[in-house]
Amino acid sequence: MSAFWSAWVSVITLAVILGCTWLLFATRKSQKFNDTTEEKVGHAFDGIEEYDNPLPQWWFKMFLGTVIFGLVYLVLYPGLGSFQGLLGWTSHNQWEEEMAHAEEVYKPVFAKYAAISVEELQLPENEKGLKMGQRMFGNNCAVCHGSAGTGAHGFPNLTDNDWLYGGAPATIKATITNGRNGGMPPWGAVLGEEGVRDVASYVLSLSGQEVDKDAAARGQGQFQALCTACHGTDAKGVQMLGAPNLTDNIWLYGGTFEKVAHTIRNGRAGMMPAHKDLLSDEKIHLITAYVYSLSNK
Amino acid sequence: MSTATEPTTYNYKVVRQFAIMTVIWGIVGMTVGVLIAAQLVWPALNFDTPWLTFGRLRPLHTNAVIFAFGGCALFATSYYVVQRTCQRRLISDGLAAFTFWGWQAVILAAAITLPLGYTSSKEYAELEWPIDILITLVWVAYAIVFLGTVKMRKTSHIYVGNWFYMAFIITVAVLHIVNSAALPVSFMKSYSVYPGTVDAMVQWWYGHNAVGFFLTAGFLGMMYYFVPKQAERPIYSYRLSIVHFWALIATYIWAGGHHLHYTALPDWTQSVAMVMSLILLAPSWGGMINGMMTLSGAWHKLRTDPVLRFLVVSLSFYGMSTFEGPMMSIKTVNALSHYTDWTVGHVHAGALGWVAMISIGAVYHMIPRLFGKAQMYSVGLINTHFWLATVGTVLYICAMWVNGILQGLMWRAVNEDGTLTYSFVEALEASHPGYFVRWLGGMFFLTGMLLMAYNTWQTVRKGSTAPAAEAAPQTA
Repeated sequence: MSAFWSAWVSVITLAVILGCTWLLFATRKSQKFNDTTEEKVGHAFDGIEEYDNPLPQWWFKMFLGTVIFGLVYLVLYPGLGSFQGLLGWTSHNQWEEEMAHAEEVYKPVFAKYAAISVEELQLPENEKGLKMGQRMFGNNCAVCHGSAGTGAHGFPNLTDNDWLYGGAPATIKATITNGRNGGMPPWGAVLGEEGVRDVASYVLSLSGQEVDKDAAARGQGQFQALCTACHGTDAKGVQMLGAPNLTDNIWLYGGTFEKVAHTIRNGRAGMMPAHKDLLSDEKIHLITAYVYSLSNK
Repeated sequence: MSTATEPTTYNYKVVRQFAIMTVIWGIVGMTVGVLIAAQLVWPALNFDTPWLTFGRLRPLHTNAVIFAFGGCALFATSYYVVQRTCQRRLISDGLAAFTFWGWQAVILAAAITLPLGYTSSKEYAELEWPIDILITLVWVAYAIVFLGTVKMRKTSHIYVGNWFYMAFIITVAVLHIVNSAALPVSFMKSYSVYPGTVDAMVQWWYGHNAVGFFLTAGFLGMMYYFVPKQAERPIYSYRLSIVHFWALIATYIWAGGHHLHYTALPDWTQSVAMVMSLILLAPSWGGMINGMMTLSGAWHKLRTDPVLRFLVVSLSFYGMSTFEGPMMSIKTVNALSHYTDWTVGHVHAGALGWVAMISIGAVYHMIPRLFGKAQMYSVGLINTHFWLATVGTVLYICAMWVNGILQGLMWRAVNEDGTLTYSFVEALEASHPGYFVRWLGGMFFLTGMLLMAYNTWQTVRKGSTAPAAEAAPQTA
């Protein structure tokens, strides 16, 4: 804030407060408190007259009290332009203090579980730690994966032990920490509409579904040429690349013919955000344990 | 006092029109309110229809009760009061008629566009730019008629009620024009000219002063006429009215920032808003004291006069909510109350308890006089209305206090590991009983309004003819 605006704010703020105070005293003048009168001020409007009663004493004191409180507050806290107040308080440092306090209180709680492996956290004696993981999952993960972790269209189900990138504790932890980018390129331009439908037929046949056999046969060749690089020659997926298994009838973006054709035609871009800047390692450790527990009961 | 040299008659036609529309829009606005309150209890009530969803009907409710119901009450009473206290007919019948039809057109446009989803997304200023322009034209006409009539008054002084009406009219003009400044991109779409945090600050400078000047100063103008008139007692203290008028309008304009505590708004702005909000307590109570103490020597009238009861109870709710407001503006209290139903309850303590009750009292006072009847068709029905309104308001605000504090505490509760104890949905489930009680309170209030409509209809239609319509100045 420039010196001009700082002065502007200070002057008009104080002018309003002090102006009200002046008015309060000026109006009280020449009258004592608790001195109700039958005197009227002399004008009447549509039959309404006005008494010349004094300001009630308790009201006068209350008004003055709020003014004094206000002025003291403006000395202690930021308010008058760029004057920071004697206490040096800012909303930012209040937040920092609260965060530091939370760190101090909660750090030991998390530290206790950080030393216990994900597998051991599944044991009944560590139920409390797993429960903490569940609550953090609720606050951070449930918005996409659902409160039960069962996923939604485009968001993987975490309870079925079918993993895009792998379900070992270290892999889950890496996924949460650094996020994932699951990209499937669009093949519509390469395959043409007929090619897309042929490949879709073949892909669906892999999980044993009823399809047009001729179309599937035509699609097989194109699948071998274009898709196996990521999905593998057996079409069982490659976890290193996050390429899904196409033979298990579990579908991230839907398993109907039209949905699969849409995926092949337009590609997909799945994104799991990185949480390393949002959550501490200890917290990610407990969330990992909880996610692990969902498919390792 | 000065006496009229030539016979004057007041323009009651426009007052009658606005008074009747006050009752009608009150019913419409509160019906929408009851419907959306019911939707929060039984969500199926939006019938999966876009224009019946909460998000579209909520602004329709707020616009209808504030600007249609409250606005018509302010137009009706201000035109009535300014003529009678200035002993002067409105300076232009034509402009007055324009304000009536123009304002009804604004309301109609709101009732059509808001459910269709047209919104500027600014709270209490949702209407899109073509309607904003019409509002501006109507408001300028209103200012000309009102201020012109005050200027041409036949009394030496300006009555205190008219100070408040003038502050309300002038400030609302400024607020509306500044906050609605926008760049139109199509016939029904515009974008605010202010960026980010500045837009938020301008919005709440407007929003809070819609409360301060529309819903407080305007209705204090109403109070200053109808309370002494109905009680037939002089105003308690002229001095008090001077101090509280100037202090109220000087401090209210600063308070809007308290809607943005703990946000990106700079710290100094939040502090100043909080300090001014606290200082506002005494000026606000000045009006309550002046109204209440005016009854000294006339308290016995409350036993027999339900209209006076409406006016006095409205002052009690006014005093209560203007105490609650400054308390909620304190940052540590706000940290609990903000974004909860407590805020909704606070608004309705003011809107139902103060604004609606004083308007209802004023309309009951005016209707017989405007239509040349001795009194309302049924005083018993006014009394029933009074109890329905009072019980409804109490149910509403108690439910919201309980819900608000419950939500505030549930949202901030943390486990031993620092995670939140409750999810949002758990707090919502816990609020369900409160939402039912709130709906019930709304039903009480709305039922009272329906009785008022019936009573008004019967009064206008038949009723007893009055000895005097008082359509000419009464010299005091």
